[in-house]
Amino acid sequence: MKLYKNKSRISERHVKADHQAMDRVPDGLWITCPKCHQVFLREKLGKFRTCPECGYGFRTGARQRVEWVADDFKEILTDIEESNPIDFEGFDQKVEQCREKSGIDESVLTGIAEIDHEKCALAIMDPDFIMGSLGSVTGEKLTRLFEMATQKRLPVVLFALSGGARMQEGIYSLMQMQKVTQAVMEHSNAGLFYLTVLTDPTTGGVTASFANQSDIILAEPKALIGFAGRRVIEQTMHQKIADDLQSAETLMKNGLIDDIVPRDRQKQVIAKLLRLNRTEAAND
Amino acid sequence: MTKKEQTAAEIVKAARDKNKISARELIANVFDDFYELHGDRVMEDDPAMIGGIALFNGQPVTVIATDKGTTPQERIARHFGCPTPAGYRKAQRLMTQAAKFNRPVVVFVNTAGAYAGAEAEEQGQGYMIAQNLMVMSELKTPLITVITGEGGSGGALALAGGDAVWMLEKSIYSVISPEAFASILWKDSSRADEAAETLKISPAELLKRQIIEGIIPESDDHTETCTAIADVLQTEIQRLQKLSLEELLAQRHARFRKF
Repeated sequence: MKLYKNKSRISERHVKADHQAMDRVPDGLWITCPKCHQVFLREKLGKFRTCPECGYGFRTGARQRVEWVADDFKEILTDIEESNPIDFEGFDQKVEQCREKSGIDESVLTGIAEIDHEKCALAIMDPDFIMGSLGSVTGEKLTRLFEMATQKRLPVVLFALSGGARMQEGIYSLMQMQKVTQAVMEHSNAGLFYLTVLTDPTTGGVTASFANQSDIILAEPKALIGFAGRRVIEQTMHQKIADDLQSAETLMKNGLIDDIVPRDRQKQVIAKLLRLNRTEAAND
Repeated sequence: MTKKEQTAAEIVKAARDKNKISARELIANVFDDFYELHGDRVMEDDPAMIGGIALFNGQPVTVIATDKGTTPQERIARHFGCPTPAGYRKAQRLMTQAAKFNRPVVVFVNTAGAYAGAEAEEQGQGYMIAQNLMVMSELKTPLITVITGEGGSGGALALAGGDAVWMLEKSIYSVISPEAFASILWKDSSRADEAAETLKISPAELLKRQIIEGIIPESDDHTETCTAIADVLQTEIQRLQKLSLEELLAQRHARFRKF
């Protein structure tokens, strides 16, 4: 017992001493990569917020991402009324908070973009809006974006990022999966191109619907992409699962995605794919 | 006998009851001449997903059903009725085949959700469900789903994207289990009963919200339940077969577009 007591005293002293030292270090100078655990200076993240060690792209808001990808962007579909379909307590306040935090009206930013002279409909999901969860307004924005793209004969580029269907909206969130699917199909049947980029994390109902319904599926390095959550899988299996089971690299190996593209190359790759999959009259 | 209204928590319990009507009983009692078809043509035959062709009032139909099994051995072999990607691929194959022969598709759903094992992830569980949603959205034949017990999230939706969804009296249809909802949102899994109420997962709530077409009365006598199901299927198949293909697809589209 004495041994433990001693240890505890040492550690208390240590913390006390550290406390003053910490005051002299600026906040957030160092950053740890959640994937490879490398500690590095924040400034090394660079413009594309990417781990210099393993290439993982840190979670980034839709407004930031649109600047990386598009030369020109006109936001649309921001006027859809928010609803609280199962009257979940605290939902309206949560939405308000998320609007402030993310700077967008819902979990997906939608608009018409130009990417290296290629015109497209662009949708980017946002981690600061209930982790990009698929709610009724998210589904409605995406559905209308696809409907508009079908009408105007535009390709669609979508950056997926989502914790899945938004459980605070109950069954209504599940219905969004099929509603968006129908709009994707009409767009597809019109011979138009749809490209998705799966980013960290893409899971649940979004993985099980529009994220995986595109003509070409790209992913970011080290992104977590899966259907079930890690804890659920481990409960099902009664054992620990491999760290990289749901990484973009594993999905690529298993034949589930077309390519892994780091952020600094995304604009160039997307523009190229838009050109290669151009439908006549898309650039009127 | 007067029936008192059940709470959401009671319905959840009844939906998961061991004596809940099984997939095999349903198929044997509602249809004639069922012939089972196996396999997804890619890798395996998922026992949690049964499929085949049968006669319904003399008319050929394609039948698909998730199967939880009845004995403990069966339940383990069927991973408790949670279909694998191969199961969804089999369902998709049979739906597409039904459309070729203009046969209506009848699906029975009783699953806690799509199987959440590591292999299911490696085989693209999410991708398979996404593909099923696409196939159902433009399937050129009527597709009717009956939720008989648990209608668990994407795993159930992957079989319920068609023209009509009916539920047995003691069944649920939900985006997430009440236990997981309580544990994630309230950090307290013991509040599952309250979560069941909050989530509005009972047939009555879902009917009120036009998520489903109707509720089928359920009896302790399984033959009676099957008769009630057959009555509903008869009416629904007749209604849907009267529509032209364009009307059928337009109505299916409108069914989901309103949400």
